Amino acid sequence: MSAFDVIVSGTMIAQTVRMTIPYGCAALGGVLSERSGVVNIALEGTLLASALAAVAASHATGSALAGIVAGVLCGATVGLVHALLVVRGRIDAIVSGIALNLVAAGGTRFLLRALYGSSSNSPSIQGLRFGDGWGLLARTVFDPFLLATIAIVAAVAWMLRRTRFGLRLRACGEDPAAAQAVGVRVVGMRTAAVALGGAVTGLGGTALAYDLHQFQAGMSGGRGFIALAAVIVSGWRPWPAALACLAFAALDALQIVLQNQTKLPSQVLAMLPFVATLVGLVLVSKRRGGVTRAPAGLGQHAD
Amino acid sequence: MKLASSRSLPAAVAGLAIGWLAFCVLVWLYGASPRAMAGLVFEGTWGTSYGAGQVLFKATPLLFTGIAVDLALRAGLFNIGAEGQLAVGSLAAGVIGAHLPPGTPALVALPLAVGGAMAAGALWALVPALLKGRFGAHEVISTIMMNRIADSAIGLALGAGGLALTGTVRTADVASGARVARLETWFPSLNGSAASFALLFGVAGTFLVTGSYRRTRFGREIGLIGQNARAMAAEKVPVRARLEQALVISGAIAGAASLGTVLGYKGYFEEGLGAGAGFGGLAVAILGRGSALGLIFAALLFGTLQQGGLAVNAFVPKELMDVLTGVVVCAVALADEAFARRAGMASSAPTLAKVGTS
Repeated sequence: MSAFDVIVSGTMIAQTVRMTIPYGCAALGGVLSERSGVVNIALEGTLLASALAAVAASHATGSALAGIVAGVLCGATVGLVHALLVVRGRIDAIVSGIALNLVAAGGTRFLLRALYGSSSNSPSIQGLRFGDGWGLLARTVFDPFLLATIAIVAAVAWMLRRTRFGLRLRACGEDPAAAQAVGVRVVGMRTAAVALGGAVTGLGGTALAYDLHQFQAGMSGGRGFIALAAVIVSGWRPWPAALACLAFAALDALQIVLQNQTKLPSQVLAMLPFVATLVGLVLVSKRRGGVTRAPAGLGQHAD
Repeated sequence: MKLASSRSLPAAVAGLAIGWLAFCVLVWLYGASPRAMAGLVFEGTWGTSYGAGQVLFKATPLLFTGIAVDLALRAGLFNIGAEGQLAVGSLAAGVIGAHLPPGTPALVALPLAVGGAMAAGALWALVPALLKGRFGAHEVISTIMMNRIADSAIGLALGAGGLALTGTVRTADVASGARVARLETWFPSLNGSAASFALLFGVAGTFLVTGSYRRTRFGREIGLIGQNARAMAAEKVPVRARLEQALVISGAIAGAASLGTVLGYKGYFEEGLGAGAGFGGLAVAILGRGSALGLIFAALLFGTLQQGGLAVNAFVPKELMDVLTGVVVCAVALADEAFARRAGMASSAPTLAKVGTS
């Protein structure tokens, strides 16, 4: 089989779609957080922490659903902490993000040793069982995590555009002082938005762990950061962000599918998503303006 | 953003108190005795001369990356890429050092190796710097991407690029002239600890860099840009160029941290050497911001945590210390903000947003 055949193969497509889920969830979490005006580089740590929470809960109870709930709750908690530090404590969002990522990276390793006596990975879990005996296509398309992700993208897009909550959220992101002046509780809105974004990201972390049927130290592997880049490249909009994630996921999948197919050193492929992110940032800056600008109140406080 | 001012002492003390509390709680939750573990941490670090030497050894690269991050922070830039800049810098130091003729005198060899490392670090920072200056791409994202690219690029250079000894992930030994002597050659009581004279370079560098903030035109300009870039642009200061320069210089300093890893410690570069020091530098800079003594203290503190983590690792996972680092960073930032507000100083809100409501 030539490399080209592999690229257009069903495996590659299925892999791409599967890889999109954690990216997509984290990006949506980023959209929610940043559209409310809170910079969120803690997405990386959120993915990691929620992946471990999901595995630990699922391992302890034997229930995949419990794991999902734990993952989402853990994500929401990380988001809440970030919001409390940044919105109420008023520390710099980047500082908070760096610190939370550090705590998540160290904390998951700490817990890995505390819970399972291993410094690299958890025992394997079953993950989400569905569609035994279905074909690859059906298993890919009807993956509950994928359906949930698509539903979330649609819901967030609709919410930001059509609902009172969404409009207020955006008002906080565009001009917190003005939002405050017309009676929007900026602190509360932002806290809710970042926590909600954390919950969505937590679902992505859960999907990531379930996909590999275990937790591995450092398994988020920069996906949270790439997701944030996808948010920026797509102009902070839900659907374009999801599409950007699909593109990054394709590069990720390429790396896995092509691993044994080419003579290229594996590192060249491993670099691809990150190089693509840089290229994406450059390309988007060329046509900056109009809809693809950052929320004007990003990083500002109301008073 | 109140990026340019330095930390207040009470805030640092409050942050450390919270860090200590977190240590006790986490150790207790793990089922160990906080008192016993604190004893072990002390014995493994400042309690013995070897331990103290190891703390100095751990603090050395942290000090370099700390001033690197601090310089960028002064201009209002978050250089999260110190990790990657240090990695490529270390590779350059290792490769250059290994290719020097064995008899090269130190006066030639050391500047060449360090200069190469700084150039490599600067080059790695140049990409985000240009992306920032020319395309407005946020340096946080681009420096993080450059970290990841560094991982792969170094693996590639060592493997496919043939820079590593066959079958290994390390370079050949650097020429003896490019080595930095260990401190124990002067202070035998350090007892085989890996601390080297690179520490003194780091301390000198710290005073040089923080001194330049006030004493050089460039230093004053980036400080003012960090506070109000628009006003500086109106004053005809080339803001874009200054930002690019600040990030590139920051990368060069991060590259110089290879003094503490490659040239002062291993004597060769291997994959993963110095990993974590770049992120540690972020913590050092956030804690010690803008002040030479603050930065040195912060580097010693996080060096102590790292070495202390190793001392308790048999009982409590050493990753505990990473958690503590994050907690201390948050706590200090929080306390700083709280004290600043109580003292009635300007809050961190940009002036524009403040005018809207008051």
